[in-house]
Amino acid sequence: MAVTDTGAVAGQGPQGGGPAGQGPGAPPPPGRPGRNAARRRARSIGGTLLSLALTLLGLLLVTFIIGRVMPIDPVLKVVGDRATQAQYEAAWRAMGLDQPLYVQFWRYIGDVLTGDFGRSISTGQPVVNDIRRVFPATFELATLGTLIGVFIGVPLGVVAAARRGGIIDQIARVVALVGYSMPIFWLGLMGLLVFYGILGWVGGPGRQGIIYDGMVPHVTGLILVDSLIAGDWGAFRDAFSHIILPASLLGYYSLAYISRMTRSFMLEQLSSEYITTARVKGLSERAVIWRHAFRNISVPLITVIALSFGSLLEGSVLTEIIFSWPGLGQYITKALLSGDMNAVLGGTVVVGTCFVALNLFSDLLYRVLDPRSK
Amino acid sequence: MNQTLPQSRREWLLSDAPQTRRQARLGAIYQGWLTFRSNKLAMLGLIVLVLLIGMAILAPWLSPQSPFSQNLAGRLQPPSAAHWLGTDHLGRDILSRLIHGSRITLFIVGTVALIAPVIGLFIGTVAGFAGGWVDQVLMRITDIFLAFPKLILALAFVAALGPSIGNAVLALALTAWPPYARLARAETLTIRNADYIAAARLQGAGPMRLLIRHIWPLCISSLIVRVALDMAGIILSAAGLGFLGLGAQPPMPEWGAMISDGRTYILDFWWVAAMPGIAIFIVSMAFNLLGDGLRDVLDPKGGRQ
Repeated sequence: MAVTDTGAVAGQGPQGGGPAGQGPGAPPPPGRPGRNAARRRARSIGGTLLSLALTLLGLLLVTFIIGRVMPIDPVLKVVGDRATQAQYEAAWRAMGLDQPLYVQFWRYIGDVLTGDFGRSISTGQPVVNDIRRVFPATFELATLGTLIGVFIGVPLGVVAAARRGGIIDQIARVVALVGYSMPIFWLGLMGLLVFYGILGWVGGPGRQGIIYDGMVPHVTGLILVDSLIAGDWGAFRDAFSHIILPASLLGYYSLAYISRMTRSFMLEQLSSEYITTARVKGLSERAVIWRHAFRNISVPLITVIALSFGSLLEGSVLTEIIFSWPGLGQYITKALLSGDMNAVLGGTVVVGTCFVALNLFSDLLYRVLDPRSK
Repeated sequence: MNQTLPQSRREWLLSDAPQTRRQARLGAIYQGWLTFRSNKLAMLGLIVLVLLIGMAILAPWLSPQSPFSQNLAGRLQPPSAAHWLGTDHLGRDILSRLIHGSRITLFIVGTVALIAPVIGLFIGTVAGFAGGWVDQVLMRITDIFLAFPKLILALAFVAALGPSIGNAVLALALTAWPPYARLARAETLTIRNADYIAAARLQGAGPMRLLIRHIWPLCISSLIVRVALDMAGIILSAAGLGFLGLGAQPPMPEWGAMISDGRTYILDFWWVAAMPGIAIFIVSMAFNLLGDGLRDVLDPKGGRQ
């Protein structure tokens, strides 16, 4: 169940994927309360964990296969092309490539579980260290993007549903349609052209200006947070001027998705009978919408937000390239273009694991928050 | 188009009591067309796409110059009468390249939109129909592919297979099928126990025949809607691969790769990157509008709210 919902992100219809968004909500069949329920719940959590483990295993299998069919010779990358035949074979054996494939796969799993993705050829560092270095940049960007998407997208979707067919609804529709149709890397380039090149309102590519580079002591790796901890307002302003454009860009895509989903969840609630009852009771429209309907969509909405966050972690690949953002996406792409397979696969496994973890998180949250699933 | 037809033909199509199966079928299509036509935005999308297809077919005659002929003396020219959309960093006419690029875009979208749903349909219906461990295994595989971030998986595939258009198509199709499999499985589960399936089975129809003749046809309309809605996403992913240099290789005029060409010059020669982006935007917008309209026709349940 945990991973079923990625489809909602993958299926970016202008009106959001209707049924796909409601995946994990299927409540267990009603049954006798008490010990049986507890046991059933334990079993369903066990099932979730089992499917999680299987999914992660499959993820490793796919990356393993990709790494093996890759036409790049990993041995040659290590010993160089002037090595003698004997040296080549020694390295080949040292890397365990003489073993049967299942043994290699078994070792690969062991390595990954102990946090060993091998060494990156281009940076000469263990891939884990590289990822640890670049991940905060991606995390910072995706978090800010999601925040923008939530704080604009949710109210937009609610209002669009409440005043269906009104001007706000039309605007929300156009915003979403454009968001689903615009290539993100192109919009990023145009944003750089207008806001950096012509208007000069924001900082250019990169995370920080040259003068602030490396000036803020490393605490969390999130420069906005670190500069606040250090009390360095100049650095904070500089970092903010660099992050605001790419974050707004990601935020826009997240907004397009979140507002569509919010709208369709709200419409579903507003057509239910309890809403009519609340209206007949004489409650104000505001109370009906925010206290009754909105409270009921908050749980599926959290799933949508978690999925959107996951897709931003991934979708930032192109954005990071455009803005020379030193994050995971740029790291993976650069490694890809230089044939640095350890780095690519390590990065892919990390992003995939984040995806699965977010799904699991939203699934568990669902169980905790939705009284019907108890 | 149908307005010019004689009144009697229209009445024949809209008849409440069709005489033949063919009349009923044509009548249903005509009804759908009427619904579709009443949606102005969807019609706009359709018109844009028809124009695009026409442009792709007539590319050699429409484009003012060859998309490959370089003129280094006239590089990075702004839009003018001679070059309506300007020239790129090798002095090639951007308009001509855009026109020829429409062929590549249509090829990629068309092939992915054919391959991915077919894989999904096959896996989903087999899983749903067979049930048991087959279902478990197939759906677990689907979940694994869903758990992968799509673009990164496509990147890794292309990297493993080597960058080219064919491999980009393959990579996009391999990452796009899981949602179709889920959809097809869900449809199959609702159909599987229907009476008419039981009837067909009693008449001696084997599982393959049930699957192909009785289950696939009912899954197709919801798959078509989904494909139409996904087309824009496929265009954007393909352009993203091209932008990263993993799709069509130079000097092919692929739109995403053209944006990448213009990236270096963005601050001084904006049109090099801007024009292909506008083309991508218009086409994927058209697909989105078309998909919306098709959904209203083919899937009235999930229609506009």
